[in-house]
Parts: sequence; C-alpha cells; structure tokens
Amino acid sequence: MIWKITLFIILAFVSIAGIAFPIVPVPHTWYEFPLIPGLKENAKIIFFHVPTAWLSVIAFLMSTIYSIQYLRKKDLDDDAKSYAASQLGIIFCILATVTGAVWAKFAWGSFWSWDPRQTSIFALLLIYGAWFALRSSIESEEKRATLSAVYSIIAFLTVPFFVFIMPRIMLGLHPGSEEIEGGKVVQSSSPVIDFKMNGNMLLVFFLSLIGFTILYFWMWNLGYKSILLKEKLNKQSIT
Amino acid sequence: MVGKTYALYLKDFHSEMRTRYAVNSLVMFIIVAISVILFSIGNEKITQSLTSGLFWVVIFFSAMSGLARAFVSEEERGTSLLLHLIAAPSTIFSGKLLFNLILVFCMNIIIAILYTGLFDAFIIRNFGLFVVSFILGNIGLAVSSTIIAAIISKAGAKGTLYPVLSFPILLPLILTCVQLTLLANQGSSFADAQFELAIVFCYDVIMLTGSYMLFDFVWKD
Repeated sequence: MIWKITLFIILAFVSIAGIAFPIVPVPHTWYEFPLIPGLKENAKIIFFHVPTAWLSVIAFLMSTIYSIQYLRKKDLDDDAKSYAASQLGIIFCILATVTGAVWAKFAWGSFWSWDPRQTSIFALLLIYGAWFALRSSIESEEKRATLSAVYSIIAFLTVPFFVFIMPRIMLGLHPGSEEIEGGKVVQSSSPVIDFKMNGNMLLVFFLSLIGFTILYFWMWNLGYKSILLKEKLNKQSIT
Repeated sequence: MVGKTYALYLKDFHSEMRTRYAVNSLVMFIIVAISVILFSIGNEKITQSLTSGLFWVVIFFSAMSGLARAFVSEEERGTSLLLHLIAAPSTIFSGKLLFNLILVFCMNIIIAILYTGLFDAFIIRNFGLFVVSFILGNIGLAVSSTIIAAIISKAGAKGTLYPVLSFPILLPLILTCVQLTLLANQGSSFADAQFELAIVFCYDVIMLTGSYMLFDFVWKD
C-alpha cells in the first residue's frame, strides 16, 4: 500500500511539474526551468520520453535474465515472468518510438531520420515483434519457453552493438552522439546528457525515472501473476 | 570431433548434390533478385553508397531463402532423431555451420561477380579490404543464420518466420558491412576501416560463442 501511495505522489508531481512548470530565460523561483537554447518548451519531453525508452530496455534485460533462469532451472514460472516483462516492454517501446517521432517532427523537422538511437529503438521493436511471432508459432509450452528463451538471449547479444557502437559510426541528433561541427566530427556538446540541466530539472527527471520504474515493477508483478493464474485455470478446466 | 564434423558436412553435401535443391533455387533467386533491382534502376545513375547497400540487400535475402534448409530438412525428413543418436550437439552444429559457411561463400562470390559485371558504380578499389570484410561478414552471416535456422526448424510457419527472426540479429552486421563495402569501393585504406573491421570481428566472435552455448538447449527436446 505504501508503495502505491508513494507512486501516486511521485507520478502526480512529475506530471504536474513536467507539463505545467514554466520555462523562463533566467529562473528565479524553484518551480521555473531554465531555457535550453534551440529546444524551448520542447525540452520537457525528457521527463516522459526518456523513462519509456529506459523501461523498454529494462524490460528487455529482465526478459533475458528470466530466460537464462528458465534455461537453467526449466521452471515455467520463469517463462511467465519473462513473457510479462516483454509484454510491458513492447508497450513502452512503442510509446518511446511514437513520442520520440512526434517530438522529432517539431524539434528536428521530420518524424524519422535514422539517428543511431532511432535505429536501435527500431531494432528493439523488431526484436520484440519477432519474439512474439516466434512464441505464437509454437504449440507446446516447454518448447515455446525454451526456444523463445534462446532467441531472447541471442537478441540480447546484439545490444552492445546498438548501444555503444552504432552511435560511434553514424552521425546522430540525440544528445551524446557525434555531430558535425565546422566540418569536423566531434562529440556533441548538448546540454542534456552532460547534466547541464539545472537542479530542479534534474530532480523532476530522476523522480520521473524512479516513478516509472516503480510503475513498471508493479505492472509486471500483476502481469506475471495473472499469466500464472490463467494457466492454472486452464489446467483446472481440462481436468 | 573434427572427423565427425567433416562426416556430417559430407552427408549434407552428398544429399544436396543428389537433389541440388538449395543450389538451384539459390542461383535462380540471386538472378531474379538482381534483375529486379536492375529493372527498377533503369537508366538512373546510382551512387556508390546505394550500390553497396543493394549488394547487402541481395545477400541478406538470398541467405534467408537458402540457409534455413540445413535444419529444416532434417525435421521434414524426420532424421533429426538419428542425428541425436550419432553425435553430440556441438558436433552437429559445427557440421551444419561448415555446410552453411561454404554455401554462403559460394553464393556471395557469385553475387559479387555479378555486381562487378552489372553495376557501373560497383568497382572494388581496395581489393584487400573488400576480401577481409567479405570473409568476416560471411562468417557472421553464416553463424547467425545457422542458429536461427535451428530455432525455426522446431517452430511452425518456418518460411515466413526465418527472415523476421534473423533481421534484428543481423542488423548490426549488415549496417557495418554496408559501410565496409562502401569504404572498399571508395578505395579507402585499412586504417580508415579499422573500427568497422573490429566491429564485424567482435560480432563474429560473440555470435559464435553464443550459438555454441545455446545450441544444446535448442537441439535437446
């Protein structure tokens, strides 16, 4: 119960602060955000877009961890946990892609521009899609659990390439990637990833991350329990 | 183990030579795919970066049409149980991987020759770089598609599922290989392509290790 109340307070604060707090050139009071040149009001996406992207990756990681667990112990509960994590993962992945694309239309001028981060989130979407396609094509429960576990581990092996390497070989628009400045490729000096956000912006940002993470674990908990219950009921109705 | 691997490869090779199913359909597939591209280009002048991209498009789809055979044929003919009896999983994987590697190499050499002949913009200026990236890329392609083939041979809807499952896994490899082919065609030196070559090499090593570790789980029912 205490978790739900904390979660409610955090998310209510983040929603109000993230949307309603004004952005001014020189902040005077605690509820004013500083102006980031070139982004203006658009900068507020960081409070909602980054947590969804973060959660889609966390969900993928959890799904892989439970896959490894399943291959070691062959316990179908682990498969249900991995499945619930992926179900949430694909939802947050779609949310991150859509919010990012809509934002990019206003900030960068087009919905999609194959920036390295966009390429990686697209690959993550494809992996989730392929994973569900694989699951739906296998009848037997154990076989489905084993094969999807193997696939999610193999897919996880490609993550380092997308996270660390793609941003280095492609030019990007996201903070932290390389960009062209005066004809030379340099590390981007964007204000966001260097944490040149000011104190209260950082506070709202991290509160949002924490809030969304708690929300995710709550949803995941409910999700896998309902999967287990469904299986139990199925077995009862058969016997 | 080496002897058994080779014996498994020979078995696949002989059964392939008897029907020539994969080879025939692959060669026809390559010709069809390249002619579709040639027709759609028409008289347009296409750039070097586009040709090196199209080069890997053809390679990817040819691989997807031919490489699943290795495991799917065992399941279709019901001979996988026999393989269980005669060899350890890692030996079977090595045998299938060897067969697929040779298939990929033959296929891609044909594609490369056709591309140099048919596309004006596809001129290999740094041949050494092209060969190195070609070999590393082919190894990665063969490894990933072999383990995915093992997975889908146990699932339903095999034909459509194969490219769907393989694409996200092969994406980092293909993106870097497109870059490498472009560099080789522009005549860049090895030093310029160092980073890309290192990526493809890492990909090969990671995928090879991962596949050997995970194949046991796929193979044992």
